[in-house]
Amino acid sequence: MKFNVKVWRQSGPNAKGGFKQYAVDGILPEMSLLEMLDVLNEQLTKQGEEPVAFDSDCREGICGTCGLVVDGMAHGSRLKCTTCELRMRHFVDGGTVTIEPFRAKSFPVIKDLVVDRGAFDRIMAAGGYVSVNAGSAPDANAVLVPKDIAEKAMDSAACIGCGACVAACPNASASLFVSAKITQFSLLPQGQAERERRALRMVGQMDQEGFGNCSNHAECEAACPKGISISNIATMRREYMRAARLHEERAEAGGGG
Amino acid sequence: MSKPCFLSSTIGRKVIAAISGLALVGFIVVHLAGNLTLLLPDGGAAFNAYAHKLASLGPLLWVARAGLLIFFLAHVLLAIGVRLDEKRARPDGYALKASKGGPSKQTLSSRSMLVTGLVILLFIPFHVWMFTLNKGTPHAMVEVHGTLVKDVYLAVVTAFKDPVKAWSYVAVMLLLGFHLRHGFWSAFQSLGVLRPKWTPALYTVAFVFAALMAVGFIALPVYMLYFGPNPETLRVAVAGH
Repeated sequence: MKFNVKVWRQSGPNAKGGFKQYAVDGILPEMSLLEMLDVLNEQLTKQGEEPVAFDSDCREGICGTCGLVVDGMAHGSRLKCTTCELRMRHFVDGGTVTIEPFRAKSFPVIKDLVVDRGAFDRIMAAGGYVSVNAGSAPDANAVLVPKDIAEKAMDSAACIGCGACVAACPNASASLFVSAKITQFSLLPQGQAERERRALRMVGQMDQEGFGNCSNHAECEAACPKGISISNIATMRREYMRAARLHEERAEAGGGG
Repeated sequence: MSKPCFLSSTIGRKVIAAISGLALVGFIVVHLAGNLTLLLPDGGAAFNAYAHKLASLGPLLWVARAGLLIFFLAHVLLAIGVRLDEKRARPDGYALKASKGGPSKQTLSSRSMLVTGLVILLFIPFHVWMFTLNKGTPHAMVEVHGTLVKDVYLAVVTAFKDPVKAWSYVAVMLLLGFHLRHGFWSAFQSLGVLRPKWTPALYTVAFVFAALMAVGFIALPVYMLYFGPNPETLRVAVAGH
């Protein structure tokens, strides 16, 4: 297969970027989009040109490292699919493939297609954890979790934190990511101790990072390689309202959050 | 930790947008129900009685008007805020942008909320000018059930005999339908009341609701333009009954 690849090139965080077009040949239909870029990079290296920088790690759709906007869609046109799992057979042979980095003020471009998703790490650090006593591991069945609750929490925990929700959102909102994390912990017994604090802090950090607000377009759910539902966002809103109310009550009781 | 400010958070602002939006939806439903009395073949008696009832609420009417104004302002300001956030959160846009389909609810309706909302915002002063303040429309009094009331029916009939006014109303009401198509279900999602099972159902209900509201409001000017009584002979005919 042959492609005309139109790709975003930017030499550094503060450099001015622009699109460059490259012709690549000899692409197998079984190759992933990233492997197509590998072929392109080999070609560029041989020509003495700087290869295209992009993120990838596991290349099996579970790590959340890769993430490109392909033909205007985060992770490409396939539903529930990461960029690394996007096969070239889904593209028209001889056609143009447009590749851009995730675009958001909170995801600044480092180089070419690589963006800094540190904002997600800071949101996680603000409350995306559970505090447990260190020491020997507790007995596996000491804390009981009903099967249906475990399943629900797992649906939210499937989030790999790739940032496609932000990239796809017309407002560059991080609501789907943050809501998946808040929902997952709010369902499990281990997450109860910090439940209110977590909702307040993670949402607070999300707002502070400068992500946009949510307009309920649900484009994030379509872009999510793990199919995380926007019902997580509804849950996050409930959790936040509940936490804001309880925080108020505790402050009155002299406790505080 | 510092005191969280619910109202300035992204979630708090969505909650206010949703509550004010639903309050305005309530107003629209009542407004349409009242307006539909225009279609009764009674020479406007029911409609004038309804208008008179509203006007004679006295201070209560002003409370309702103040409430409406507050909800309206809150809704508009928050909507503009969301749009400004959007520009700030993504200063550099994409060269290519497409919806992935599937579970996405990104539609012309969801993308044009600000535009449709602003058109409705601009429309309201004209609407109030024409029918509430009765400017540019004929003034008359008419007897309904033994009391002399303002003939709002005559004002409506006269205004909608003008094709420009009638079709402008149709256009704005079509945009209202678009606004409600996304706004109605979106309000429930913003309030966090949607369970996964309910989302598809409510999304469909929102479409039906928006279509009903648009058709209802559009039917009135179209009916008056083509099938409505002639305002010149209207009161003569009523008197002749």
